[in-house]
Amino acid sequence: MKRKEFQEEKFYYASQWQLIWWRFRKHKLAVFGGIVLLVIYTLAIFCEFFAPYDPTKYNSRFPYAPPQRIRFFHEGKFMGPFVYGYTSTVDLKTMRRVYKIDKSQIFKIKFFVKGDEYKLWGIWPSNIHFMGVESGYMFLLGTDRLGRDLLSRIIYGARISTSVGLVGVFLSFILGIIIGGISGYFGGAVDNFIQRTIEIIRSIPTIPLWMALSAALPLNWSPLKVYFAITVILSLTGWTGLARVVRSKFLSLREEDFVMAARFAGASEMRIIFRHMLPSFMSHIIASITLSIPGMILGETSLSFLGLGLRPPVISWGVLLQDAQNLTAVALYPWLLTPVVFVIVTVLCFNFLGDGLRDAADPYANL
Amino acid sequence: MLLSVKDLRTYFFTDEGTVKAVDGVDFEIEKGTTLGVVGESGCGKSVTARSIMRLLPKTGRIVSGEILFNLNGQTVDIAKLPKEEMRKIRGRHIAMIFQEPMAAFSPVHTVGDQITEAMMFHFGISKEEAMQKAIETLRRVGIPKPEQMINAYPFEYSGGMRQRAMIAMAISCNPDLLIADEPTTALDVTIQAQVLELLRELQRDYNMAIMMITHNMGVIAEMADHVVVMYLGKILESAPVEELFYNPKHPYTMLLLRSIPVVGKRVERLEVIKGDVPDPRNMPKGCRFHPRCPYLMRDLCDQKEPPTVEVSKDHKVSCFLYGGERDGAS
Amino acid sequence: MLGFVMRRLIQMVITLFVISVISFMIIELPPGDYLTSYISSLAATGESLDQAEIESLRKQYGLDLPLYARYFKWLWGVLRGDFGYSFSWDRPVSELLWGRLGMSVAVSALSVAFSWVFGFLIGMYSATHQYSAGDYLATFLGYVGLATPNFLLALVLLWVIYVTTGVNLSGLFSREFIDAPWSFAKFLDMLKHIWLPMVVVGTSGMAGLIRTLRANLLDELHKPYVEAALSKGLPENKVFWKYPMRIAMIPFISTVGWSLPGIFSGETITSIVLNLPTVGPLLLGALRSQDMYLAGSLVMFLSFFTVIGTLISDILLAWVDPRIRLE
Repeated sequence: MKRKEFQEEKFYYASQWQLIWWRFRKHKLAVFGGIVLLVIYTLAIFCEFFAPYDPTKYNSRFPYAPPQRIRFFHEGKFMGPFVYGYTSTVDLKTMRRVYKIDKSQIFKIKFFVKGDEYKLWGIWPSNIHFMGVESGYMFLLGTDRLGRDLLSRIIYGARISTSVGLVGVFLSFILGIIIGGISGYFGGAVDNFIQRTIEIIRSIPTIPLWMALSAALPLNWSPLKVYFAITVILSLTGWTGLARVVRSKFLSLREEDFVMAARFAGASEMRIIFRHMLPSFMSHIIASITLSIPGMILGETSLSFLGLGLRPPVISWGVLLQDAQNLTAVALYPWLLTPVVFVIVTVLCFNFLGDGLRDAADPYANL
Repeated sequence: MLLSVKDLRTYFFTDEGTVKAVDGVDFEIEKGTTLGVVGESGCGKSVTARSIMRLLPKTGRIVSGEILFNLNGQTVDIAKLPKEEMRKIRGRHIAMIFQEPMAAFSPVHTVGDQITEAMMFHFGISKEEAMQKAIETLRRVGIPKPEQMINAYPFEYSGGMRQRAMIAMAISCNPDLLIADEPTTALDVTIQAQVLELLRELQRDYNMAIMMITHNMGVIAEMADHVVVMYLGKILESAPVEELFYNPKHPYTMLLLRSIPVVGKRVERLEVIKGDVPDPRNMPKGCRFHPRCPYLMRDLCDQKEPPTVEVSKDHKVSCFLYGGERDGAS
Repeated sequence: MLGFVMRRLIQMVITLFVISVISFMIIELPPGDYLTSYISSLAATGESLDQAEIESLRKQYGLDLPLYARYFKWLWGVLRGDFGYSFSWDRPVSELLWGRLGMSVAVSALSVAFSWVFGFLIGMYSATHQYSAGDYLATFLGYVGLATPNFLLALVLLWVIYVTTGVNLSGLFSREFIDAPWSFAKFLDMLKHIWLPMVVVGTSGMAGLIRTLRANLLDELHKPYVEAALSKGLPENKVFWKYPMRIAMIPFISTVGWSLPGIFSGETITSIVLNLPTVGPLLLGALRSQDMYLAGSLVMFLSFFTVIGTLISDILLAWVDPRIRLE
């Protein structure tokens, strides 16, 4: 009885955020998603370090090379991690390269190896890579048409693809909170007008709209300008989801007793909004934001895939997938589809994380 | 005798353990009378009602006991009746009204639709006939303009009217027994009085028995002919209503009666029963009430369960204060 | 009920009006005007126009008028069925629209039906068999469906089928049937191809429907009115369909209605990947060559169909839920 009482007391006195954290932890899937995302974002932030090669470095000797499997045993002997090399010949009938595994070429995989030069974040020069081979080549996910290492390109692509989501969501967040807040707080005609507008925006199919807007971007814009333009385009339609959440929370909170109490105490409207109402649904906003990031990532991927979004030399997962548009190419070189896996995993994890956050967001719900 | 419950045990089998919600309950209801079932939340009164209706959730089961019901002169054991047979009884001979009238109605069907349903199912009459009878029933329970209200939706009714409509729905097939599960708890006092008055009238007119489940002693005093007091799945005391109020025997009953504030009497503090109702998965050994009982007799009440003793006509108690030390079960 | 329908119709007209404005903005968006694009596309083929022709075209398209005047001129044309001229196809836009739009609507309608039927069945199964293996599987599939963008699913499926059966299922018809007249064999051939876009586009909508139906049905199944209905002696089956199912259908129908923009959106990009004769590839081509009258009209019509679809779904909703009508 004592232990139970103690736990109940701890529960009773826990702050709102502690309660949210405890509930969140119970969602194993959400925690798993969170951890995977942490890994992906770490790779993205330090992509220069984690990628084995420079993503633009092309190898004319190894176009469309298949992925090399990491092996540990050579002829029965344990050798530590390594990959076999290839001998390549050209098939005169199909005019394509054929790669055969050459067991005489053994490239040992080492960590923290010296490799291609890079500047971390464009500032600090270095040439230490997380993983690589000192001699030979390591194409763990194969190469593309120009012999560029796909794994490195995917890791660099992570940086762009995942950050687009964050920047886009940030813009949506601002728009959504302001518009949703106005709508919910003032209610009445203002609310009606804003709600109709949101409905109209929601009626337009997003991909055709994005396509049309992206096509209008001048071709001579720098990649950075294009990047930000794309995030703006994505958030132009993305803010509606968050606005609705904010609005409904405001509407329901307006009637709550604690708001009335604050008014009676003489608090100004601003103060009521920011110090009283906002904190009570902050967690819902966070959950909503998390759930809208996948939409942004998918949007950028789709647009770039169609050639309307980011363009080479910018590397994003969507851009990488342009190489996979051709069915015959994919049939011959299926590893070109690997960016798909990364997209799906990232989106899934955001969904798990967002769902877990949304469930945990209301820690007082099922008491 | 209309309904005779003998040693009913209904248990719930959950992942966290077995809950003995009703654990050996006996009572009887005579035709046209009202049985009051009183007790705190969680004592098993609702589960008893649902056992009689055979409307238990998947995890619940009647483990043993008999529920003998007088069906048109024949005695049937409801507890063992197959599902299809039970459905013929439900709504037709035994009906139920609930605590929250708004929640008992589907929001997207008209009140008329929901009232005529049972009649059409049990009597096989046409929709038009059933609507006529439904209008009459609505009129009987005091709903104004029943011809119009019959086609209205539940959300168009006011709170008190909804409760009446629910009663109309329940009595539409002239049941022999009406089970009322906390029918007045959600209503304010004036409406409460009206609803109780209505129930009494209906009882008179249709010779309908009522099983009134409540934790409100005032309602019991007004409505019941006979009362049983339940606690943690057992009946602690059973007596005619006047006997119970003027001559309560079980300590629990006495404390319940004492905790009712008396108008006009000044007290320093309100009387409460000390302690809380224990977790039903972890019942106390011996007499279920002993941890909170002011008359606790150590090594007796905490070791053995008291047997039921008849202290006067129709007045039974389950307490060692009235004997039975040698017969008590451990 | 009639009042409700009238109100929604008026709303729809306003919505369509706003969409036409947005579509017009799309048309005007790229730098330079329509005429400069036309001239440069002519130049690419070695043709050119003399000054008089340029001036008359300028007048015809009202390119010398201010923005709002151009809009009304365009809108007036639209209301009469004149959607401008597509120089990349050298035909009036209206000629190009209908065939493709019809196909898009057909594929989208099939996808909606697919997502509706399976969303319903799986959602209902999930809720009534909560925590069973089937429930977890359905939930998992729902998640994955939500996470996989349409075109990727199309790509992967296309690849898998190609690799396992050697058949390339892109396009709506096999090579033999593309220009052949309609026949039963051609119809069968189309069925052989059309299931792929139907499944691909339908699964993304399906995930949301499963979750909605499952959550709502679970809520309703535990509500007191279900018990009240059972206490009247009615059979469980009848009670299930008449009450909780009927009520859980309401948000389900609403979700179907609002899945339409997503379906049209998904259909657009999926048909690009699968090379179907629908709006998608036409739109992409138009955007690439800056053929804006075509592009803007396509976007406008896609939105139109969405709006009509949501109107139908809203009316259906009001018919099923009396509470909405009486608002």
